[in-house]
Amino acid sequence: MIPLFIAAEGGGEGGLHFPSIGELVNWPSFFGEGWYALNKIGLICLAATFLTLLLFFLAGRRGALVPRGIQNVVEASVDFIREGIVLQTMGEEGLHKKWIMPFLTSLFWFILFCNIAGIIPPINMPASARMAIPLVLSLIVYVVFNVVGIISQGPISYFKNALFPPGVPIALYILVTPIELVSTFLVRPFSLAVRLFANTLAGHILLVTFGILAYTTLQANLLIVPSILATIMLILMTGFEVMVAFLQAYIFTILTAVYIGGAMHPEH
Amino acid sequence: MAYSPVLAQITANGEELVDFGRAISAGFAYGLAAIGPGIGIGYLVGQAVQAMARQPEAAGMVRTTMFLGVAFTEALALIGFVVFILLGL
Repeated sequence: MIPLFIAAEGGGEGGLHFPSIGELVNWPSFFGEGWYALNKIGLICLAATFLTLLLFFLAGRRGALVPRGIQNVVEASVDFIREGIVLQTMGEEGLHKKWIMPFLTSLFWFILFCNIAGIIPPINMPASARMAIPLVLSLIVYVVFNVVGIISQGPISYFKNALFPPGVPIALYILVTPIELVSTFLVRPFSLAVRLFANTLAGHILLVTFGILAYTTLQANLLIVPSILATIMLILMTGFEVMVAFLQAYIFTILTAVYIGGAMHPEH
Repeated sequence: MAYSPVLAQITANGEELVDFGRAISAGFAYGLAAIGPGIGIGYLVGQAVQAMARQPEAAGMVRTTMFLGVAFTEALALIGFVVFILLGL
């Protein structure tokens, strides 16, 4: 019998014990119960908020013509969101509305900090792996794009264009309108939230699995080779999670931009 | 009959039968949900690479649209993953 199964049968200390999802994501409060209770997730969210503020405060403090250090990073991100997201999805008009760039940039940095907390060693928990945070963000986006649509097109023509897209034969509206209703007003915020949530949670579970595998096989003395393999895999997966953190922040931001852009103009 | 004691054990306890069903269907839920999006994303990225190779100056636009398409396609697999978690808890 290979030593892994001996280790697994031993149970307790030496056993290969994978924690359930509840053990992974439920964190006890640091102090107190009720509205002022604060656990790890809340702390990461607060930290993400303050880090975003601090980053832009530090970057904008001097406003040097030739950017260096933090200013360079922040200007690169702003340029990326401007060229890669706003201009691609909304065109010039997205830049004329002054609130769009700050909104998308702060959304991007907040989600990035929430995600990247999953791979920073003492924290090791992505805040967006709890449904609450993606859900709140996606509800904010939901309210924003509906309000933008109502303001820029007028309430009647906004809902008319959203529910009865022009250029469809009248008989097909029986089919098209319920689909549009469900996909635009019900599934959109849900899928936006679930996409971020499930990606970060899956990444977190992956890292935990390889971490436990590496640690347990190292504990069972004879298993040096599997332990090394698991450690290599853990390092590779950590690199992969960095990419996923950036990618999910980017995807959330660009989908927000697409929804806002779609609400500003009726579809042709 | 090597398996009959196992079956007897399972049927003796209704709770365990439910757990058994949940574990099996959680595995199937994720596995089946991953098939379609897997094919879809593969096709999508392949076509995007082809478009970029044919027209390198349009690469930026193609990449943006590709990520959008990947995000929409991936949603189905992720919903499957959420179902997997809900069943597996």
